[in-house]
Amino acid sequence: MENILITLLSLIILVAALAAIYLRNMISAILASGLVSLFASILYLLMAAPDVAMTEAAIGAGLSTVIFLLAFKKTRDEEVENG
Amino acid sequence: MVRKTIALALMSGLAFILAFILGDWSPMERLSGVAYDYVTRGAADLGAMNLVTAIVVTYRGLDTLGEVTVLFLAASGVAVLLRRKRDEAAATVKIKRAASEIVTTGASLLSPFIVMFGAYIFLNGHLSPGGGFQGGAVIASAVLLLFLAHPDYKLRHNVLNIIESFSGFTYVLVGLLGLFLAGGFLDNRFLPLGTYGTILSAGAIPLIYTLIGLKVGTELAGILENMKGRA
Repeated sequence: MENILITLLSLIILVAALAAIYLRNMISAILASGLVSLFASILYLLMAAPDVAMTEAAIGAGLSTVIFLLAFKKTRDEEVENG
Repeated sequence: MVRKTIALALMSGLAFILAFILGDWSPMERLSGVAYDYVTRGAADLGAMNLVTAIVVTYRGLDTLGEVTVLFLAASGVAVLLRRKRDEAAATVKIKRAASEIVTTGASLLSPFIVMFGAYIFLNGHLSPGGGFQGGAVIASAVLLLFLAHPDYKLRHNVLNIIESFSGFTYVLVGLLGLFLAGGFLDNRFLPLGTYGTILSAGAIPLIYTLIGLKVGTELAGILENMKGRA
């Protein structure tokens, strides 16, 4: 049962990672990369590493996704301003 | 064509190395030397219920100091690179769209509890999973919620800088106290170990994790504010 769950989560992570690479829309790509971290943190929890899971969920899925979004917004603003 | 051939050769070389390594891989049956030592002696030695914390803060305390330094340098870099931009852009003030009533009410209701939860995580770092880095990140996410609800919300830089410098300095000071009063740099045993499993136990570990939590929280909040910019 646990092996099935682990395999399923790994497949979801793979699909989300591929989506992050191939999606044309940048915001969707950033969200997909955040999804990778979110499911990775569940995977860590299943593998009995709650400390790493907390870090991954708070920093990987939460803060770094937001920082990517802010950085994307900043660069786009400047592109518009510079023509 | 040439480029593709080189890429293919590199990929097959990598695949060969990986197959070679995977070929004679077998799961570990026993813990290796140092890990075995940590697991058998850690609890009695350092009095921390969460063994991961004992390893991160004490046995590998120098690495943690390095990690905190890396985060500090990253935060300073973001501040240096983005602060000048903000001054240039200060002339062209943009009107930001205010957040909806639901977001502002939810943020004011939830953010104190999120900060409290972050403090809980780093105060209980030696008893339950989590610690300074996780608690700091949770506190920074409360700041993020405030930024979402109030786009022109300003943090008090003086207070943040004082908290950050104070906790960084005290962290090194605590490490030096360990060097002089106990076994070595960042040794937690210069404070009494206390009763195993209570909040005031494991010597200096709760103190160190509180300092790390404050430092990481203020640094990440500073990064978020600099990234947000232009308010």
